[in-house]
Amino acid sequence: MQARRLPAEQAMLARYRAMVLIRRFEERVQSLFRAGRVPGLTHLCIGQEAVAAGVCSALRPGDRIASTHRGHGHSLAMGADPDRLMAEILGRETGYGGGRGGSMHVFDAANGNLGTNGIVGGAVPLGLGAALAARNAGKGAVAVAFFGDGAMNQGVVLECFNMAALWRLPLILVCEHNGYGEFTASDDVTAGELSARGAAFDLPVQDIDGMDVEAVHQATAAAVDSARQGGGPGLLFCRAWRFSGHHAGDGQDYKDDAESRAWRARDPIPRQRARLIDEGLETDESLTALEAEISDRVQAAARRALGAPEPSGPLHEKLFA
Amino acid sequence: MTATQTQVTFREAVIEALAEEMARDRNVLLIGEDVGAAGGVFHQTKGLFDQFGPIRVIDTPISEAGFIGMAVGAAMSGLRPVTEVMFGDFITLGMDLLVNQAAKVHWMSDGQYRVPLVVRTAVGIGAATGPQHAQSFHAWFAHVPGLKVVFPSNPADAKALMKGAIRDDNPVIFFEDRMSYGMRGSVGGADHVLPPGQAAVARPGRDISLIALGQMVPRALDAATRLASAGIEAEVIDLRSLVPLDEGIIAQTVRRTNRALVLDPGCIGFGASAEIAARVQELAFDWLDAPVARMGAAQVPVPFSPALESRVLPDGAAIAARAAAMVTGRQEGEAA
Repeated sequence: MQARRLPAEQAMLARYRAMVLIRRFEERVQSLFRAGRVPGLTHLCIGQEAVAAGVCSALRPGDRIASTHRGHGHSLAMGADPDRLMAEILGRETGYGGGRGGSMHVFDAANGNLGTNGIVGGAVPLGLGAALAARNAGKGAVAVAFFGDGAMNQGVVLECFNMAALWRLPLILVCEHNGYGEFTASDDVTAGELSARGAAFDLPVQDIDGMDVEAVHQATAAAVDSARQGGGPGLLFCRAWRFSGHHAGDGQDYKDDAESRAWRARDPIPRQRARLIDEGLETDESLTALEAEISDRVQAAARRALGAPEPSGPLHEKLFA
Repeated sequence: MTATQTQVTFREAVIEALAEEMARDRNVLLIGEDVGAAGGVFHQTKGLFDQFGPIRVIDTPISEAGFIGMAVGAAMSGLRPVTEVMFGDFITLGMDLLVNQAAKVHWMSDGQYRVPLVVRTAVGIGAATGPQHAQSFHAWFAHVPGLKVVFPSNPADAKALMKGAIRDDNPVIFFEDRMSYGMRGSVGGADHVLPPGQAAVARPGRDISLIALGQMVPRALDAATRLASAGIEAEVIDLRSLVPLDEGIIAQTVRRTNRALVLDPGCIGFGASAEIAARVQELAFDWLDAPVARMGAAQVPVPFSPALESRVLPDGAAIAARAAAMVTGRQEGEAA
């Protein structure tokens, strides 16, 4: 899933593929949730696929990400196996954590994923630490910390902005600005303009259309290139919209219908689809075939996860390394 | 153990451990407030910055949550950070990172990630540092599944346990009593490493077990000396670690002496002493000749005034009085 030395056209298609995989995956999680098959809570990223796909396609093996409670998309974009991800969301033994973590605690070390995270802003200090390790290793790797606009009011996040900038660590700070922290509009609980906070820390800020996967990719690639060369961290504000609720059972009564419709018209997936066709890179038929293949893959993941055993091992195993 | 003949202070013993481990493994680094060029507000990191430089000895802003969290992420990414929280009370600012992240990562990830992190912090009652600079929260961390907790009482153990904590693949919270920083003793060489989880018999005896932690160990030894002059042989156990707790030594000592007095530098209420007392009963109920007793810090914030502060922890005389009453079966009032 990580584009290395791919021709630009192939990379655009890969980002489309990643977004469709995330969308189909999340839709399947949603239907399973509604059918009562998903224990507990799960947070879907439908509508925000362009951020995951655009950011992660700028990374290479050896880079690390730290993700959020809304992290299925980030995990898939980093190359997570849909079977194991779905199994973890369903709490099954074959999941990434053997069912111990669930949706908000998905770790995929082989693909550099330091975990989705149940604490708002939790990815930022972990990403900072990964960036410190990357700096000390001296191989040009970077770390990405994903967080939402809600996390911008967590003190620890601002502490980490300071340290990342102070030490010029290779950390890409990606704010998925969807306008809401849980059920409350960001504007209702935030003083000042969030993107202006970067300047206070001397952090280069890019304020970008988070519904355009190519815009996200280009901005990330620029920040990553700079960070790899010792240029320090970057802060990306990706303006996006979650089409689904805060969690899978949230009906979103607090959102304005007209505003939601306007954002839905900017859905990143049809947008990238049209771009691929308009630029003559793909046809409607080729993309339809790709979409069918992805749908089959997701159906298979769900089928395997539903058929996977419930965890039954000893509770205390692996409490300590 | 290749004991060096030189007597060093507790403070110097920990510095030796850090220097040896940093020289041995380039992934070990030190992170904290004033730990670098300043050498630590208690001189507890003196010389390390000169030896290892700013990439390995990192002076942080006063952002405990941020730099503890950074250390957790670094530990997940291949480094072995020792992060320092200047006063134990300030660790509260980083609790989320320790409790929700560091402690749970290995287990939640089904072993994909390890968190080889040491958080060293100075605590201590007796220096008039006041209510927000003296309390010890070791019991809080012992309560959290996934964290190890150590609390050495002397220079030799401090050095060996710091080395063991650094080499441990789990998050270890390392408590140091500031009041012990000047304590002198001989320490082991570079190869003497003590992993968390091994208690020690600090003084053998047959009549009662004084099961102590941290600053309560020297007080227990003082009490044992007093008791000896009254013909009572107290055995002093230095727990050294709360997690893992050395149940073997607890069972052995209590089954031999038939009496246990638990001594904890933390608050009594819902504290480490309660847990240890419960374990004693689970491990040795049938051997007990007296109810398990415990003494520790009074259930109040640590007062500033030295006159008040000196009343918070029981001293050797108070411990001896309580122990003597347990051994002789004589009724006695509240001793602490």
